[in-house]
Amino acid sequence: MSAPASTLTIPGAVRDALKVGLITLGLSIPILAVRTDQNLSNQIVLLPRWGLVASAVGIAIAVRLAYLLLAAVRQARGGALIGSLGVRLPAQAGTMFARAAVVFLFLYPVIALSLAGTGGAVKWIDNFGIQILIFIMLGWGLNIVVGLAGLLDLGYVAFYAVGAYTTALLGKTFGLSFWLCLPLAGILAAFWGIILGFPVLRLRGDYLAIVTLAFGEIIRLVLINWVPVTNGYAGITGIPRPSFFGVPFNASDQGFSAVFGLPFSPLYRTVFLFYLILLLALLTNWVTLRLRRLPVGRAWEALREDEIACRALGINTTSTKLTAFAIGAGFGGFAGSFFAARQGFISPESFTFMESAVILAIVVLGGMGSQVGVAIAAVLMIGGTEILRELDWMKEIFGSGFDPTQYRMLLFGLAMVLIMVWRPRGLVSTREPSIFLSERRAVSGAHVREGHG
Amino acid sequence: MAPRDVVLEVEHLSMRFGGLVAVNDLSFSAARGDITALIGPNGAGKTTVFNCITGFYKPTSGRITMSLGGPAEPNDVAALTASGNRAMRTARGQLFLLERMPDYEITARAKVARTFQNIRLFPGMTVLENLIVAQHNALMIASGYTVKGLFGFGSYQRAEADAVALARSWLDRLGLTARADDAAGALAYGDQRRLEIARAMCTGPELLCLDEPAAGLNPRESSELKDFIRSIARDHGTSVLLIEHDMSVVMEISDKVVVLEYGIKIADGSPEAVRNDPKVIAAYLGVEDDAVAEAEAEIAQ
Repeated sequence: MSAPASTLTIPGAVRDALKVGLITLGLSIPILAVRTDQNLSNQIVLLPRWGLVASAVGIAIAVRLAYLLLAAVRQARGGALIGSLGVRLPAQAGTMFARAAVVFLFLYPVIALSLAGTGGAVKWIDNFGIQILIFIMLGWGLNIVVGLAGLLDLGYVAFYAVGAYTTALLGKTFGLSFWLCLPLAGILAAFWGIILGFPVLRLRGDYLAIVTLAFGEIIRLVLINWVPVTNGYAGITGIPRPSFFGVPFNASDQGFSAVFGLPFSPLYRTVFLFYLILLLALLTNWVTLRLRRLPVGRAWEALREDEIACRALGINTTSTKLTAFAIGAGFGGFAGSFFAARQGFISPESFTFMESAVILAIVVLGGMGSQVGVAIAAVLMIGGTEILRELDWMKEIFGSGFDPTQYRMLLFGLAMVLIMVWRPRGLVSTREPSIFLSERRAVSGAHVREGHG
Repeated sequence: MAPRDVVLEVEHLSMRFGGLVAVNDLSFSAARGDITALIGPNGAGKTTVFNCITGFYKPTSGRITMSLGGPAEPNDVAALTASGNRAMRTARGQLFLLERMPDYEITARAKVARTFQNIRLFPGMTVLENLIVAQHNALMIASGYTVKGLFGFGSYQRAEADAVALARSWLDRLGLTARADDAAGALAYGDQRRLEIARAMCTGPELLCLDEPAAGLNPRESSELKDFIRSIARDHGTSVLLIEHDMSVVMEISDKVVVLEYGIKIADGSPEAVRNDPKVIAAYLGVEDDAVAEAEAEIAQ
């Protein structure tokens, strides 16, 4: 490819990219378009692979276009370093983006339905929508502990597990409905957050991380070994599913479809669960944003910046740390409760250290303390791994035995390394001040501390 | 002369770290509204005394009495000491035994605020936020310990506006109002020093402990700082306890100077008296040649 022209216009870039696409098309017709194979009577047959050609051309155009645009951005900055490639937007851009994202999320099931039809939409709403939203919520919950209070927690999945098992056990043993289990799960998880908080109050940095890691493992091992209660590895099945104001989602006469005179479809439950987790995630966000502007939230951030200075200002750091642990854990518990009710089945397999690592990676990648950054990181990381399941066309290139999902962790790690090289403080590295006198100005990430535990 | 209204009384304070005696049987007092300076060569134990007063260290032995509202009656102090409590109400105000209190309570209840030798601002928070965090306890009550504030009930909005107004008044005095929305870490060094003092003042202290506030300042900044500290003592009636190496600052603004060497008090009095005290001169400048000869002769005997 030639170097981009010194003055670059959008139509020029598109034209350039289309040329590249044309060249790729020319190259790929003889190389990729047809594959020879043997049929049962040992004759050579030609298998057309036009889908592969189309994707190759598409990728070539997209890569060329991205390359040209990035080069233009770099040029506009006077040949600045690659590290400054990140978009620097005005202060309102974040809020506008967030609003647009929320509107999009509310319309998402409708969009998915109209694009993918009733059959395909379940996958897009469930695997992508709900799964990503669960991790956005977990990321926001952990963001309180790690991003705001600066306490490195490697065992966050423990609270997710506490929430899930609370819902499962209370629902199965006492027949409590999901709507009763949800707050109980949050409260119990918050309680366990405080239990974890007490012994680690005096620990900082690496030591804190190790103890929280151990705490997560303890919870998981208890779930595995306390067989009479948790049923061990086999897990718990038949967890009560959430109902729509008392109307269950099933094929019976009292079911949602029958009551509203609709043909039965599992889609209603999925859409309902989507909106439920969307509201739970938005609640998490609302509470977090609100707490940031209250004294307790400012104390968390002050704690992250300098614990000794906090004590000199009369802030009780013990209760400040415990509230951070408790509230962060509480949201993890809510998410766990939702997870149990959505799956209908849980086992310790779902609460491994890997999950903690993914949630922490989302927080770090997003930019510690940034709500928007965490949400974007969750979309990239969880959506990215789900997308890998959709890449069946890669089998055309690498053979039918190739399963892109097996490269999940490899790509994950690679993406982490790349993003940390480009944006060492996460996708959104600036900090929004919680109050301002004359003008809201984002605080540069260079000044913000990461906390020492 | 009326009896001195003592705000802080330090009696027989000792602090040992293993075998090292950092402060040895130190007693001094600070009068209300005065500027009391604590000076001494490096390693004399000045910051250790500060850390004991503000609760960052638990003293090995000794009593530190803080009295709010008026001078403490010896009977009250004795009664409080015997009771085992941390604080008591007296006829005039309140009495606190600081050596029994955790650090944050000393600021929150006994109204002792401090700054640090190496500046400890919250660098990633804005200048305004630094001053608001200092008013944490008042705002916490106004927000109903978060519950009422979260749902928007109660008087939190008004309390926050008051907090901003107080912060604003300090920023106006420091001439930092235009920088209110910048990160504290982005301020110039001298401004950071003054902001840290303003932040300590926002906790509403009766006693302000300043640990080397003039360190690293140029002569002009240092002279501005003198006026600032003086106005804190005069206009706010806040007593000041000051550790400082810059003798021009100490001698000019202090009402009383306490001199430490190797954890022991070697002088205590007005700046003039301390300046001419031979022990102090010896501690700072070393002793004269004939004194060394005398000492050698004594050893030889």
